[in-house]
Amino acid sequence: MASETRRVLMDPLIHNNPIALQVLGICSALAVTTGMQTSVVMSAAVVAVIALSNLSVSLLRNMIPTNIRIIVQLTIIASLVIVTDQILKAYVYEISKQLSVFVGLIITNCIIMGRAEAFAMQNPPLKSLIDGIGNGMGYAAILLVVGAAREVFGAGTFWGIPVLPLASEGGWFTPNGLMSLSPGAFFVIGFLIWILRTFRPEQNEAE
Amino acid sequence: MTTARYILAFAGAVCLVCAVMVSGSAVALRDLQAANAERERQRNVLFAAGLADPDEELSEADMAERFAAVRAVVVDLETGEELPEVDPTSVDPLVEAGITDSSRAVPENFARIRRVERRSVVYLVEAEGRLDAVVLPVRGQGLWSVLYGYLALDADLDTVRGLTFYEHKETPGLGGEVDNPNWKALWPGRRVFGAAGEPIIEVARAAAGPVAEDPHRVDGLAGATMTSRGVTNLLRFWLAENGFGAFLERLRGEAAG
Repeated sequence: MASETRRVLMDPLIHNNPIALQVLGICSALAVTTGMQTSVVMSAAVVAVIALSNLSVSLLRNMIPTNIRIIVQLTIIASLVIVTDQILKAYVYEISKQLSVFVGLIITNCIIMGRAEAFAMQNPPLKSLIDGIGNGMGYAAILLVVGAAREVFGAGTFWGIPVLPLASEGGWFTPNGLMSLSPGAFFVIGFLIWILRTFRPEQNEAE
Repeated sequence: MTTARYILAFAGAVCLVCAVMVSGSAVALRDLQAANAERERQRNVLFAAGLADPDEELSEADMAERFAAVRAVVVDLETGEELPEVDPTSVDPLVEAGITDSSRAVPENFARIRRVERRSVVYLVEAEGRLDAVVLPVRGQGLWSVLYGYLALDADLDTVRGLTFYEHKETPGLGGEVDNPNWKALWPGRRVFGAAGEPIIEVARAAAGPVAEDPHRVDGLAGATMTSRGVTNLLRFWLAENGFGAFLERLRGEAAG
């Protein structure tokens, strides 16, 4: 059981990453990863929502009538997202302003719906909770790497602290404008998937 | 088990629990959120007036210190006179604009403002006893939402000191670029009034020239025609007779006399 729990938790990080392998949740991963702070807050929000939605859906899984299960899942997810958004607006106002609509759009993040439908509907609550945390962490891992890469190369800072001396301030580093725009995230995610599939060739799609 | 009655009951129960959760969090966090929004509004007064940088972290003490140079004044919009006996903190112009007794209907306008408050709160920045800048609250329809912001004018009541929006729901990346510091940096130095004294400031359709050559226009926001027009319209509305026209006229008279 311990190894089973471990597998449920750790698999989504590398082996079955929701962004890198399943290519879900790309929209927000492109939009909010301009810097570390937004990436961290977005990751935390998604981990919280996916863990709680998996838990609640799993608790109700034997009661949910199958013909309205999707809308029940959506209602639960939407409520959790609204509550999360309210909390962010109350406690990290600045960052929630930067995240703008993308917190609300967690509702449409396929990872969350996907885990509720594919996992939480069939598995007991604790296991579903762990699966939710695992998949949230898988999403977070990519967001943090992309956020770090984009902030360092796009702005020369990490967590708002200068790490590469900017040419405009007498240093040698010219920020890469592409990195601060959404297409930059495409490149970073593309490179990540390339690296991942080089070391894990089994992730390649069949020819 | 899955009879129609059960499905309806289950759906109802889920909705009820979710509704309680959502409204509970909204009510519990309302005060904190309102405080954040108020702080954001005040920060924007400072940004518009050039007393703070947009990405500057301001502590409560910093805010209080910088507000020392700023005087909030209640103004009667129709006469342009100050109402010194009214405490500015007791007036919320946005609330008053929504109440029939404390507002008046205005003619149809491009900013799509139907009613305007009878009195508003403006901020006068003073340096060495003289007027240095005036910060006017502005609002108007963009694409999706009403944009709320502040326009600060220099003591000549023509040159823009700064423009900033503290609340809007425009599309992130398109209309939402009204928050982009690079775009906001295009505003200082532009001139809002034409030769005949009418507001002709405009967010252009494309790129505008530098301040010296093209003083009445600012670059348009790419992909955000409606938001750009909205900004033009709301500025022109608030600078004209139904907005702060009378107030600016009075200040001009004082400066001349």
